[in-house]
Amino acid sequence: MLQPIITIENVSHYFGAGRLRKQILFDVTTIVEPGEVVIMTGPSGSGKTTLLTLIGALRSTQEGSLKVLGQELRGGSESKLVELRRNIGYIFQAHNLLNSLRAWQNVQMSIELHSDIPASESRDRAEAMLEAVGLADWATQYPNELSGGQKQRVAIARALVCNPKLVLADEPTAALDKKSGRDVVEIMHDLAKKQGSAIVLVTHDNRILDLADRIIHMEDGRLSSLDASA
Amino acid sequence: MFAIPLAWLQLKRETVRLLVALAGIGFAVILMFLQLGFQAALFESAVTLHQKLEGDIFLISPQSTSLTSMKSFPDRRLYQSLGFAGVDAISPIYLGLGIWKNPYWEGPPASQTRSILVIGMVPGDKVFALPEVAENQSQLRLTDVVLFDRASREEFGPISKKFEALKATGGLVKSEIESRRVKVGGLFSLGASFGADGNLITSDLNFRRIFSKRGEGMIDVGLIKLKPGVDLEKTLARFRQNLPGTSRTDPKKTTDQTKEDFVVGDVRVLSKKAFIAFEQNYWKESTAIGFIFTLGTAIGFVVGTVIVYQILYTDVTDHLAEYATLKAMGYKNRYLLSVVFQEAIILAVMGYIPGYILCLGLYNVTRSATALPISMTLDRGILVLCLAILMCVISGAVAVRKVQDADPADIF
Ligand SMILES: Nc1ncnc2c1ncn2[C@@H]1O[C@H](COP(=O)(O)OP(=O)(O)O)[C@@H](O)[C@H]1O
Ligand SMILES: [Mg+2]
Repeated sequence: MLQPIITIENVSHYFGAGRLRKQILFDVTTIVEPGEVVIMTGPSGSGKTTLLTLIGALRSTQEGSLKVLGQELRGGSESKLVELRRNIGYIFQAHNLLNSLRAWQNVQMSIELHSDIPASESRDRAEAMLEAVGLADWATQYPNELSGGQKQRVAIARALVCNPKLVLADEPTAALDKKSGRDVVEIMHDLAKKQGSAIVLVTHDNRILDLADRIIHMEDGRLSSLDASA
Repeated sequence: MFAIPLAWLQLKRETVRLLVALAGIGFAVILMFLQLGFQAALFESAVTLHQKLEGDIFLISPQSTSLTSMKSFPDRRLYQSLGFAGVDAISPIYLGLGIWKNPYWEGPPASQTRSILVIGMVPGDKVFALPEVAENQSQLRLTDVVLFDRASREEFGPISKKFEALKATGGLVKSEIESRRVKVGGLFSLGASFGADGNLITSDLNFRRIFSKRGEGMIDVGLIKLKPGVDLEKTLARFRQNLPGTSRTDPKKTTDQTKEDFVVGDVRVLSKKAFIAFEQNYWKESTAIGFIFTLGTAIGFVVGTVIVYQILYTDVTDHLAEYATLKAMGYKNRYLLSVVFQEAIILAVMGYIPGYILCLGLYNVTRSATALPISMTLDRGILVLCLAILMCVISGAVAVRKVQDADPADIF
C-alpha cells in the first residue's frame, strides 16, 4: 500500500491574535492518495483557501499534524518548506504569470528550480509542455497577448512541467467563461492523470464535479466527505 | 543555474521607466563628473607653472606656503647642492607679486592696477619648458624688459594685442610694475592660477630692480637638474645628509612622502612631484574649493540614489504579486533579492555609459570656454563608475526590503 500524498490529522487554524483570534479551521482530518483527484467545494469564507495554503506549505501549521509528500509540515523550517514547495504544482485563481516573460520562459522558471534538468533541455521541455496544453503556437507570446483561458493554460503548463506528485488549484476557472473553464480543468485533469499526480482542486463550478475521484465539502471550517456519484 | 535573466527582462519590459531611470542616473553621473572635473581642473591650474619648471629637485624656504606667498632663503644652499653627486645644473628663481598698471586704461582718472606674479630667472638658464622664453633670451638680458603672459586675465590690459600691433612699427608696450617703468619685450603662454591673475618673466637683475627691498642673495625657489639616469631617491638622501643643519619631516606624512619632502636646516627639499603636491595641498587645505566640489559631488550622488530608489521601489511594488508567486513555486528570498540587485547594477552601468560619453563632450566645451585644464582621467572614470554602482546598490538595499512583503500565502 502506497503512502498517502497528504495526511491531515486534526488540523485547526486561527487568524488574529488576542481577543480578535478567530478559529477558521476545526479539526480537519482527511487523506489524499497518490494520483487521486479531489475536488473541494463549499461556500465562500468557509476556509478552503486557508486549508490549501496549509497543504501547500505557504502558511505554517498551528495545530494538528499535516504530512505532505511524506514530510511533517508542522514545525518545519522555512528552508524545508521552500524545498517542499518545489515539488508541488500551484495553479492560482488569477493566473499570476510573470508579465515580463514570454510563455515558454514562464514555464522555464519552474524548470530552473530543478537542478536535475540540464539547461540545454529546459527550453525544449517548456515548449513540449506548452504543446501539451495546446499552446504550441503561442510559446513566444507575452501574457498580456494571451486570452484568459490561454494564460491559465500556461499556468497549468508551469505547474505540471516538472511532474509534481501534487497539484493544488484554487478556483482556477473563476476568471474564465464556462466553456474555457471546463477546457482548462480537463487539460489539467488529463495531464495530471497521465503523470500520476494527485490534484486538490477548489471550485464552485458544479459542471466539473464529474472529473473528481472524490469530493470533499467545507462548511464553516469543518470538512465532510461526499460521494463523487452523489 | 538561472538561465532566464529575469532582472534584465523586467527592466526591458518597462521601456519608458527604464529610459527615465537611465536619464536620471546619467544626470547624476554627469553632475559628479563635472564637479570632480572642475575641482581637478582648478587644482591643476594651481600648478601649471610648477609643471613647466624643468627641474627634478626644488629647494624652498620651510616658511613658504604657496607660490604666491613665498619666503626667500639664502642662495648659498643652492650653490652647495651643485657639489652633490648626480646634480647637473642649478638655477635660482625669484618670485614676487607686484602691482601692474594697465597702460591702456581709459576709465576714470585713477589708473587701473592689479597684482601680477613676477618671475625672475637667470637669462640663458633652462628653467621653463616654454619655447618662447628660450627664444626671447636676448630680450630678457636687457634692462627693464619683461616677458608678458598672454594668457593672463584681461584686466592687465590688451598687452598681447598691442604688442603684436606695435611690433610692426618697432615700438614696444610700456607699462609700470611696482612703479618702475618697464617695456614688454616678448610674450609667452602660461595662464592664470588661483593665486596669480597673470605672470611676467624677467631677468634676475631686473627682478631685483623691481623689488629693490629684496636682500642680497635671497631667492625663492632653487631649481636643481639631475644628470640623466641618476636615481632621484638616492640623490634626495644625499641632500638630506649633506645640507647643513638637522633634518626634520612632517609627522603627518607617510615615510614614502617624507623621502621626497623634508626640511634640512633652513631649506625644504622637494622632488618635483612633492613640489606640485605642496602647492595643491595648500589650496586644498586652506580654501573651501575642495569642500564645495565635494558637496556638489555628494548632491549628485544623493539625487541619483533617490531616483534609482524611486524606480526600483515602483518596480518591486509592481512585481510584488509575481514575486509572491515565485516564492510559492519554491524560489528563495535570496533569488528575489539578487534580482533587485541585478536590476540596480544593470541600471548603474547602463546609466553610466551615456553619462560618460556626454561628459566627454561637456569637458571639451568647458575647456574651450574657460581655458581650464579639464579632461577625463581613468581614475575619475573608475571613481564615478564605482559611485554610480554604489548609488544603485544603496537604493537597491532600501527597495529590497519591500520584497519581504511578498507573501506567497496571499496569492491563492
Ligand atoms: N490572512 C487572514 N487574516 C485574517 N483572516 C483571514 C485571513 N485569510 C482568510 N481569513 C478569513 O478566514 C476565513 C476563511 O477564508 P478562506 O480560507 O479564504 O475561505 P474560502 O477560500 O473558503 O472562501 C474567512 O472568514 C476570511 O475572512
Ligand atoms: Mg478562497
